[in-house]
Amino acid sequence: MFSRAYKAAVTLPPLVWVTVFLLMPYLLMFCYSFWSVSASQTIEHSWNLANYGQLLRVEVYWQTLLRSMWIAARVTIFSLLLGYPLAYFLSFYAGSKKDLLYQLVIIPLWVSYLVRAYAWKTILGSDGVLNTLLQYVHLTKHPLEFLLYSPFAVVLTLTHIYTPFAFLPIYAALEHIPRNLVEASHDLGATPGQTFWKVIFPLSIPGVVAGATFAFVLSLGDFLAPLLLGGPSGIMISNIVVSLFGAAYNWPLGAAISFCMLLLVVSLLFFSERLEKKWSFS
Amino acid sequence: MATISTPPSISGKSGNQAASATLLSIRNVAKHFGKNVVLRDISLDVAEGEFLTILGESGSGKTTLLRIIAGFETASAGEVWMGEERLDRQPPYRRRVNTVFQHYALFPHLTVEQNVAYGLRVAKRPEAEIAPRVEEALAKVKMSAHAKSKPSKISGGQQQRIALARALVNRPRLLLLDEPLSALDANLRRQMQVELKSLQREVGISFIFVTHDQEEAMVMSDRIALLRSGELEQVATPREIYGRPATAYAAQFIGHTNLLKGEVRAGMVRCGVLTWAAVLPDGPALFSLRPENIRLAAGNTAMAGSVRIRGKVRHRAFHGATELIRVECDDGLVLVVRTPGSGGALNEVELEFSSADAVLVRESPERV
Repeated sequence: MFSRAYKAAVTLPPLVWVTVFLLMPYLLMFCYSFWSVSASQTIEHSWNLANYGQLLRVEVYWQTLLRSMWIAARVTIFSLLLGYPLAYFLSFYAGSKKDLLYQLVIIPLWVSYLVRAYAWKTILGSDGVLNTLLQYVHLTKHPLEFLLYSPFAVVLTLTHIYTPFAFLPIYAALEHIPRNLVEASHDLGATPGQTFWKVIFPLSIPGVVAGATFAFVLSLGDFLAPLLLGGPSGIMISNIVVSLFGAAYNWPLGAAISFCMLLLVVSLLFFSERLEKKWSFS
Repeated sequence: MATISTPPSISGKSGNQAASATLLSIRNVAKHFGKNVVLRDISLDVAEGEFLTILGESGSGKTTLLRIIAGFETASAGEVWMGEERLDRQPPYRRRVNTVFQHYALFPHLTVEQNVAYGLRVAKRPEAEIAPRVEEALAKVKMSAHAKSKPSKISGGQQQRIALARALVNRPRLLLLDEPLSALDANLRRQMQVELKSLQREVGISFIFVTHDQEEAMVMSDRIALLRSGELEQVATPREIYGRPATAYAAQFIGHTNLLKGEVRAGMVRCGVLTWAAVLPDGPALFSLRPENIRLAAGNTAMAGSVRIRGKVRHRAFHGATELIRVECDDGLVLVVRTPGSGGALNEVELEFSSADAVLVRESPERV
C-alpha cells in the first residue's frame, strides 16, 4: 500500500530516537556496571562482576532495596484501597456527577509533584498543620515526630500522588463491564453484594493488576518523596543511585543497582501483563 | 383517541387458557423518563402457562414494559402483581421471574456450566442438587457437550440456548424474553422459534416474549399484545388479531391489508365506487380488507354479499407460493390482491370480495 521509501521515512525517526536516547544509554549503563572506579577517581574499563557482588554483600544496599519494595507494596495496597472504592462509586453510582468527579480525581495530576510533596511537609512537620492542631485540641502535648522524616511520611505522600494512577485503569475496567451482566446477575437472584464479588470484581481484575503495577513501579523508583520527607530511615534505593552517580562518584556501582532495578521492573511488567491477559474476556 | 382498556372479555384469551388462573397482572402501569412518556396506562393479564408476545416497533415501549416486570425499571404509576404478591415493590433479585436478555448477557469469566449454575449457587442450594439440575438444563437445550466452554468460544445460537438454560434452571414462574432471536440469522431464527415454543409447552411456565417481528409473534404466541407509542393497541390471539384487527394500525402492522375509507348511510357502505350493505351506524367508517380475501372474479354473476370492481394490474410482486398484485381501480383506488402465483401480464381484471371480509377498524390517530 505504501512505498518502501515512505515506510522508511516514517519509521526511521522514532527508531533513531529510541536507539540514541534509550537503547544506547541502557547499553552504556550495562557496560558501566561491569567497570570500576580507581583510587584516582577514574573509571577503569576492566570487566568484572565486583559491583554485583558488592550489591549482595553490603547490607545497606539490599536492605534499602527491600525497604523500597516494602514501601512500594504499602503504597500499592493503600492506593488500591482508596482507588477501587472511588472508581466503583464513580462508575456505578455517580450518575450525572460522573464527569465532574472524574475531573476532580484527575486535576491533582496537573499540579507539580514538588508542590504536593512540599504540601505534606507543611502538614506533617513538627510545626506543621497537623501537629499544631493536635496540640491545640490537647490530644498531644508535644509534636509527634514520627509524622515527618519517616517511612510513614513517604508512604503517605506516595499514596497521595499515585492513587490516581491506580484509580484510572480500575475505573476504565469497571466502565467496560456491560451493565446487562449486572442486571443478569440480579435477575438470577444475586443480591448486590453477591453481584459485586461474583461478577463485577472478577471482571475488574485486569484494571486492578494494571493499577497495582502503576502504583508499585512508580513508587519503587521514586526518589523525591524520600529525599524531601523520608529522613534517614525513609531512604529508598533511588536515593542511593542518585548519590552514587553524584557526590559518591561511583557510576559503576550505581549502574549495577540501576540495572537490577530495571530487571526487577521489567519482570514485574511481564508478569502483570500475563495476569491481565488471563483475566480479560473481550 | 383509540384507547383500549382490556378487561378479560375483550382481551381475547383463547379457549384453552380461559380456565387457567391469572399469573401476572399489570394494572394501569405508566412510565415516563422526564417529560418523555414511554408507557401510558397499560393493563394486561398473563395466564399460567401462557405464551404472550408483546409486539411493537422500536420505541413503542415494549422493552421498558418488560424491564418493569423484571424490576430493572420502576413504573411511574400503576402496579404489577404476581398472584397475591405485589411484584413491583420487590427488588429484581427477589422476583421469581427470569430474563433471557437480548444479547444473552452471559458471564464471560464463567464457563457455560458455571453460568447455568449461577442462580442456584447464589441461592445457596446444596452442590449435590446443583450438579444434576445444571446437567438436566443443559441437556434440555442440547448443550451438554459444551459445559466446560467459555461463552466466547461458542456461537450466537449456542449462547442463546445457554441463556435460556441459565434462566430455566431456576424454575421461575415467569420467563421474560427480550428479543432473544433478533441477533440470529433467518434460518436459525425460524428453527429457534419452533424450539422455543415446544420448550415452553414442555416446561409449562408462562413466557412473555418481546419482539418487533410480527411473523415471529404470529408463529409462537398464544396471545399478542400489540403496543404502539406506549399504549396497547389490541390484545388478542394471533388469529383474532389478524382476522379481526381492532384498529387500522393493527391491521397494517400485522400482515398486509387494504384500508378503505368510506361512509355509512342508511345501512349501505360507500367507499368510492364500492358499495355494500352493512348494519352499522351512520357516519365515516374505516375498513380493513386483507389481500387474500380479494379474488379475481370468475363467471358473470356476483354471488350474494360479494362486491365486484374492475381495474388494471399495475405491479406484480412474486412471493413464492403467492403473488401480490397492485390493481388500480376505476376511480383511482388501489387494491393489493394476493393471488396464486401464476404470473401474467399487466392487464384488465375484475376483482371480487365478500363484504363480510371488510372488517370495520378504528382509526389510529398519530400520537406524540
